[in-house]
Formats: sequence, structure tokens, C-alpha cells
Amino acid sequence: MSVHDLEKHFQDTIDAEIKIEPLDWMPDAYRKTNIRQISQHAHSEIVGMLPEGNWISRAPSLKRKAILLAKVQDEAGHGLYLYSACETLGTSREETINDLHSGRAKYSSIFNYPTLTWADIGTVGWLVDGAAIMNQVMLTRTSYGPYARAMVRICKEESFHQRQGFESLLVLSKGSEAQRTMCQDAINRWWWPALMMFGPRDSESTNSDQSMKWKIKRKTNDELRQQFVDMCVEQVKLLGMTLPDPNLKWNEETKHYDFGEIDWNEFWQVVKGNGPCNLERLQARKKAWEEGAWVREAAAAHAAKKQKRADANAA
Amino acid sequence: MKSYIRRFFYGDIPGQETGGAPAPQGPKNDWPLWEVFIRSKQGLDHKHVGSLHATDAQMAIENARDVYTRRQEGVSIWVVKSQDIHASRPEESGELYDPAADKIYRHPTFYDLPDEINHM
Repeated sequence: MSVHDLEKHFQDTIDAEIKIEPLDWMPDAYRKTNIRQISQHAHSEIVGMLPEGNWISRAPSLKRKAILLAKVQDEAGHGLYLYSACETLGTSREETINDLHSGRAKYSSIFNYPTLTWADIGTVGWLVDGAAIMNQVMLTRTSYGPYARAMVRICKEESFHQRQGFESLLVLSKGSEAQRTMCQDAINRWWWPALMMFGPRDSESTNSDQSMKWKIKRKTNDELRQQFVDMCVEQVKLLGMTLPDPNLKWNEETKHYDFGEIDWNEFWQVVKGNGPCNLERLQARKKAWEEGAWVREAAAAHAAKKQKRADANAA
Repeated sequence: MKSYIRRFFYGDIPGQETGGAPAPQGPKNDWPLWEVFIRSKQGLDHKHVGSLHATDAQMAIENARDVYTRRQEGVSIWVVKSQDIHASRPEESGELYDPAADKIYRHPTFYDLPDEINHM
């Protein structure tokens, strides 16, 4: 089959809603796009553990501590599901992790914001995980099989993350004046960065809609962001709190909420590495990797010794 | 081949390499890759759930426990080194599976029987 025929067969498969599996022929660019997207998604899960891990020792009760531990452990698992999916495309784990540490591969900018108070942890669960879920639910139908399956697994677990966050805020919203103030302050700080998680406006995405054609991505940034805003406007009412946007208004014509302009200058600054915690996050990852080197070496040496012993016994 | 790389893949993560040198690609130091199969309850088959790296089978099982059964998804785990799995190739699917396509008489619904017949 010529490359042209292969490409046609590939696109027909996708158009017929049949998943692409690791051994199938795929265009180089499809493979490359998936490797980048999946690995950067994996890095986001891993770096995403840092702002929350920061609060494990300071969670206000044993119950909250156990919940937060379970959530952070889930994020590690999500990172692993995604790294595994990425490896089915022919990358090695080490290369992927090296790319994160060298700054070559990126992760979601949201994790470059600090978690200043306990209310931030609830807000991260509600808004940050909430925004991630919008993306991830869409990705359960992505065209690459291993990615889609990892997403199904992740979405099942992610729902707990969002619910525990909202419930934690609900408790604060019914608490003392100081707790309510803390809750509102966290929402004020996280709202705009959460909206930025969906990326630049569709009109700013100069490149083709190739990812949509290949069904890697199935909804545009603006569609997902609008869906998220509509959802949160209703949810925040249950907290008796407000979203920090004076331009939020129901639009009878579009049947959606209009909302104010995102500070795109801030968005690009954080993307380019000038956010409040970019440096700190990467340093923490590298430190963990370097300090774990002796464990990796010891485990490999132990396995080699055991294998040698088993071979000797068999001989 | 024409290359299409979209600028943004996952929300706010830039698709372009925006700094840093290409990662040094040293010798492959990854631990062996293992495929993980989980039996969700007694009486059901083990089903493939994903993969992970581990130095040996014992570590693979322990890690699979942590990664794939945090919510009681399993009662039994199999791990197999990925390199030991042999797979049929997609290019062979014609010769392998097409011959079954025109043998509809292998299905019970192929046979038209009177409504009055029971237990069949």
C-alpha cells in the first residue's frame, strides 16, 4: 500500500469511530502529536502532586489528611497510566522524564500557582480538577486506544477529587467568618487561572484543526471553557460565595453565561516560565529524581543478584 | 510527509518546545516493562489493565497492587514481561479473520425453526 492509501485507510478508520491501536499504521505526525500530548498530560499529573503534597502534613484533621493522601496517590497513579500509554507509541520512560527535567516538555501551567491556605486545597479540587475533568471526559473518546482507556480509568477516580474539594469548601462556607473569608479568597485567586487551563481562545490557535480531524481532541478550548463557566456559576451559589468576575451574566440569546476577559498577558507569562512557582516545581521534581537514584540502583542490583541465584540453582 | 503539529494539545500546555536543550538520551536505563492483568472477582478472567516498570516480578505485582487495585478492583494479579508477549500483526488481519466472515452458519441465529419448538 502506498503512503497515500495508508493515510486514507487511517483517516477512514478514525471517521468510522474505530480506535487506533499501538501496532496499527499511523502517520508520523499523529504519533508525534500523541506522544507530546500524552507525556505532557502525564507530567501535569506528576507535577500536580506538589501543590497538594504541600498540605498533607498540615491538613486540619485526620480525615482530611487521609483524603488528601489518597488524592495525591491517585495523581501518581494517573501519571503512571499516562506514561504507560505514551510508551505504547515507542518512547522510553527515561526519555520522557528527562524531557520534563530539562524543560523541553511542559506541564499544565495551573500547577505553577502556590497553595497559600487550606481553602486552596478545596478550591483546587473543585475548580482545577473540575476543569481537568472537562478535558478528560472529552479525551475518553480520543482516537488513540491506550490514551482513551487511560482516560476512562482516570475519570472514574477524578470524580472523587472534585467532590471532596467541593465538600471541603462547603464545610468552610458554613464555618466562622474567618473560614468564609479564606474560602472566598481562595476562589478569587484560583478562578482565573482555572479558566486559563483551557488554553488560548480558538481564534488564537493559528494552526490547523488537525487534532480535531484526527479526533485526538474533540472539543475546542472555547467550547470547554464555556461549559465550565456555565457549570461553576451554578455550583458557587451552593457555597454562598461569588466568582470574581463582574461581567458574568446570563445571555438569553446564546443560553450561556457571558464572562469577562482573561488576562492573557499573565497566561503567557506563566506559560513561558515566569509564573510564581515554575522554578520551584521543576527543582522539586529534579531533586526527587536525583535523591531516588540510589533506590533505583539498589533495586536493580537486588533483582540482578536474585536472578543470578535463581539461574545458579537451576543449573 | 506534511507534518501537522497543533500548537496546544492539552489545555494550557504549549505544544512547542519553549526552552531547554533536548534531553540527553543516554543508554536505556529503564527497568523492564511488565503488562498487568487483573481478575476483578473470582469466576472472571484476568483482563489486561495497563503496564508498569519493575526490576522483577515481585516488584511488578506489588506496584500493580498500588497502581491498579486502590479501589478493590482486583482479587488476583498476573504480570508478564512485555517482551514475552507475541502479538498478531494488524497487516495479517485479512488472512486471520476474514475467513470467518462468510460462515454465518456457525451462529445459532442462522437456523430458522418453528416458533413452537421449545428448549432450543
